[in-house]
Amino acid sequence: MRVVVDLARCQGYAQCAFLAPDAFRMQGEEALAFHSSPDDAQRDQVLRAAAACPVQAILVETAEPS
Amino acid sequence: MTVAQAPSTLQRILDYSSRADPYPLYAELRGRPVARQEDGGYVVSTYREISTLLHDPHLSSDAHSLEDPGPALAEFGDPPAFIGLDPPRHDRLRRMAMRHFGPPHSPTLIDDMRPDLTAIVTGLIENLAGRDQIDVVDDFAYPFPVTVICHLLGVPREDEPRFHRWVEAIVALLDFDPAKDPQERLREGVQARKDLRHYLAELLRSRRGRPPGDDLLSRLASDEGPDGRMTDEEIVSTANLLLIAGHETTVNLITNGVLTLLRHPEVLERLRREPEMIIRTVEELLRYEPPVHIIPWRAAYSDLTVAGVTIPKGSRITLMLASGNRDPAYFRDPDRFDPDRRDNRHLGFGSGIHLCFGAPLARLETQIALNGLVRHLKNPRLVADPPPYRQSAVLRGPRHLLVRQG
Amino acid sequence: MSSEQSLKAFRRDGRIVIVGASLAGLRAAEALRDEGFTGALTLIGDEACEPYDRPPLSKQVLTGWVPADGTALPRRREIGAEWLLGVAASGLDLAGKRVRLADGREIPYDRLLITTGVRARSWPDEAEAALDGVFVVRTRDDSGRLRERLDAGPGRVLVIGAGFAGSEIASVCRERGIPVTVAEVAEAPLVGALGSMIGSIAADLQRAHGVDLRCGVRVTRLEGDGRVRRAHFSDGDAIDAEVVVVALGGVRNTEWLRDSGLAADRWGVACDSGCRAFDINGLVTDDVFVAGDVARCPHPVYEYRFLSLEHWANAVEQAQVAAHNMVSPPTDRWPHLSMPTFWSMQFGVNIKSVGVPVMADEIAVTQGSVEERRFVAAYGYRGRVIAAVSFDNAKWLDHYRQLIETAAPFPPSCPTPDRPADMKPVPADFPDPVVITHGATVLVTGHEPSERRVAFVRPGPLKPQEKRS
Ligand SMILES: Cc1cc2nc3c(=O)[nH]c(=O)nc-3n(C[C@H](O)[C@H](O)[C@H](O)COP(=O)(O)OP(=O)(O)OC[C@H]3O[C@@H](n4cnc5c(N)ncnc54)[C@H](O)[C@@H]3O)c2cc1C
Ligand code: HEM
Ligand code: SF4
Repeated sequence: MRVVVDLARCQGYAQCAFLAPDAFRMQGEEALAFHSSPDDAQRDQVLRAAAACPVQAILVETAEPS
Repeated sequence: MTVAQAPSTLQRILDYSSRADPYPLYAELRGRPVARQEDGGYVVSTYREISTLLHDPHLSSDAHSLEDPGPALAEFGDPPAFIGLDPPRHDRLRRMAMRHFGPPHSPTLIDDMRPDLTAIVTGLIENLAGRDQIDVVDDFAYPFPVTVICHLLGVPREDEPRFHRWVEAIVALLDFDPAKDPQERLREGVQARKDLRHYLAELLRSRRGRPPGDDLLSRLASDEGPDGRMTDEEIVSTANLLLIAGHETTVNLITNGVLTLLRHPEVLERLRREPEMIIRTVEELLRYEPPVHIIPWRAAYSDLTVAGVTIPKGSRITLMLASGNRDPAYFRDPDRFDPDRRDNRHLGFGSGIHLCFGAPLARLETQIALNGLVRHLKNPRLVADPPPYRQSAVLRGPRHLLVRQG
Repeated sequence: MSSEQSLKAFRRDGRIVIVGASLAGLRAAEALRDEGFTGALTLIGDEACEPYDRPPLSKQVLTGWVPADGTALPRRREIGAEWLLGVAASGLDLAGKRVRLADGREIPYDRLLITTGVRARSWPDEAEAALDGVFVVRTRDDSGRLRERLDAGPGRVLVIGAGFAGSEIASVCRERGIPVTVAEVAEAPLVGALGSMIGSIAADLQRAHGVDLRCGVRVTRLEGDGRVRRAHFSDGDAIDAEVVVVALGGVRNTEWLRDSGLAADRWGVACDSGCRAFDINGLVTDDVFVAGDVARCPHPVYEYRFLSLEHWANAVEQAQVAAHNMVSPPTDRWPHLSMPTFWSMQFGVNIKSVGVPVMADEIAVTQGSVEERRFVAAYGYRGRVIAAVSFDNAKWLDHYRQLIETAAPFPPSCPTPDRPADMKPVPADFPDPVVITHGATVLVTGHEPSERRVAFVRPGPLKPQEKRS
């Protein structure tokens, strides 16, 4: 799985970090660090996170199209 | 001589008769994105303007910023919880509460709740098996989030009948029920707020002196983080807010979800085959049939300008979230329920610094609840369409949703 | 053939070549397909791997969380392109419409997009730069190698240059418990980008996290025996360091265009706001486009000055505009008008900026608390807001973007609830202030790239507080 976050758009709402804590981590209150190639086992969580982002800043490419 | 004034669009929206379908009236409102009302307040109904205002630091959530606060002061109680405060006080209290709810301090708390949430849903669904007719609200959509928020906060589930009445009276404060004398409503609401505060304060006292449990109330009571410690007053206000917010909103999302799926059987069928589609479906529900239709008031902290209209300091500003969600200038084909919609930046949870605190929990709850129901209901049919709605135009949702199955 | 017909034919089976296969190149390729271009698409890149994301290279990769070869960019869609990777473009024949490759091949095009970006500026002394343990960070190999060294737990890391990249690398070192010295010629970190007031806040932040920050000094010499051991400073001091990271900014990759006849120099390739490249005479070309870090593009809000931006979001947005204009008729060209937006994460703080701070003459804190390192500051230029920066307050920046686009007066006058104790503007104080002579004021309207346009406004009378200086 491949992930990139448009951090210019991201406003640090942390929705992703709640829903996929192994792939998205808040560093402090607002800075988001994400894993660019999370494990396939996290697919479900990562898709939840991407859908939940209020500013739709998360782009995910999964092996099979979702 | 007095001339009877034609009711304004907003008044017609607030009228109970438009509860089942307020959307045509929202479209009418959007003809004037920022509309001054008879009483000097402003109603904002288009997506860009709502979103702009929610990111405008001159917009205040504190009733003291209103020229004429009226009952608004009572809505959030005193001292207000962070939903009724501005930075820096809002940010500090929200940060302190967040320590026990999510990242960065408790990053896995919500994700770890998935098995428990699934178990509660499974239990509720087992009770529905074999029944010809169910009420989605009373049998499912209400008990589920209430159980969850009680557990999370550390409020005994068996006290629910007691605080349920208070919560209803407090939520009615947000309302514009013309059938009810506003003074009486205010009095009842304020009393209920007192009672609920008293109840929570007692609970908090009983937590003290005991080894801290895992629930939020105990953790708030014993925690000492970088921002210090919440006062007992602040803890009670916060618990109050979470109990109400975790109570009266998710029920509507789940119920609106069942209703919308039954109105769109093709989506329901797809969901049965592709459970993962629930993720996008819930986002689309938050746009298409959101539980919170209106932010009833915000205040202009100083003069501010939006869409060319200057709103004077102290004015009351009403934000029509559900109308913004149907704004054709922002969403393509907005009146279509389309779970495949891309780039769905809906306003279902608000936006900006007050963006819903509980959103990740509400999402997970609704995803699990709807997928559970969809899998287990056999040939479900609506008994009445539209169903009877609750009074509230702000927290809008069906009072009952009767469904036949089998 | 009419121009309309030829455009149609080009969109159907023309040839587009993109040189530089990274963020801007990939996003442009995807946008070209979105726009309905069905012809042949070729991407040329001198790196052997497919496009990857660079910002993690100074952050998540160095902390050890994300593997260096694990930052490949997700694809937005299929692009059906021919990829020529691991080979550099070495020249351009504008008249013959061909790109020359380092291996001698020539690739013909109908339209060309240049996205060759930037490379790291290396340590000026070649012998010292070649010492084992001396690093730059621009590619994933750079970052992977540096990360291995950090894994080994060096006794001390020296970072030369306290811009964003250098500061982020120092932050990672502290997060990993590695002693780090940062040497910066200027008086504080980040001053080049954000001015001296923010610089002093950044300096406090670094020191609070245990960085040995040395400002106003130059590293004069790196010493070693094959491996780097010691660094000497202009103030006579010296320290032992096992790892040295040279973070002195970027050099634009324009050498391959030297004799092409394009306006390409060390500032990048100049283009119009529709991303069409200029030739050396300043004439705009029709078939050559530029996007990303290598582009130099005029921005109406900033008095039509040519901006060279090394920002992720700029690469993305400019690529989209370039792609659209490459396959659209002249009557449907988009200008690249988006507000520059930049972010950096360091020492647990999210620093974000919007607009172009370096043009400012003044700065004022408008919201929050500098002490708590949670605030927004606005930058003013001749009495209007032209940029803003936030520390852990990004949710408000959209408001400031609108202030910039509507040429709102500086300092912003209306109070907010979170008003800081001191909102008085102070000089912005950039080391190399940008001097501007004329004063057109424009407003930006529209939200989507397709809608965005500018409108002139008459310059208003100066407000009293602007006469301070
Ligand atoms: C360590 C690091 C951290 C960063 N952090 C941030 C951040 O926090 N926020 C932010 O906004 N931005 C950040 N950036 C900047 C961001 O990564 C760039 O703006 C972005 O990569 C620009 O993309 P581009 O495609 O224009 O150029 P590049 O990514 O530089 O790509 C250019 C490509 O062209 C290739 N190339 C060059 N010459 C030739 C040639 N002659 N022939 C063929 N190929 C050639 C290069 O090898 C490269 O692959 C960071 C950059 C780095 C290196
Ligand atoms: C589907 C369910 C829900 C919806 C649609 C919803 C919607 C909203 C909206 C629109 C706001 C913004 C109010 C404003 O800007 O003034 C908000 C705020 C809030 N919500 Fe929710 N909510 C839901 C569930 C929950 C749950 C489950 C909780 C608690 C666990 C919760 C807690 C809060 C709190 C504390 C705030 C105030 C945030 C602040 O002021 O910073 N909500 N919610
Ligand atoms: S949910 Fe979106 S806005 Fe929030 S931190 Fe994640 S990417 Fe950023």
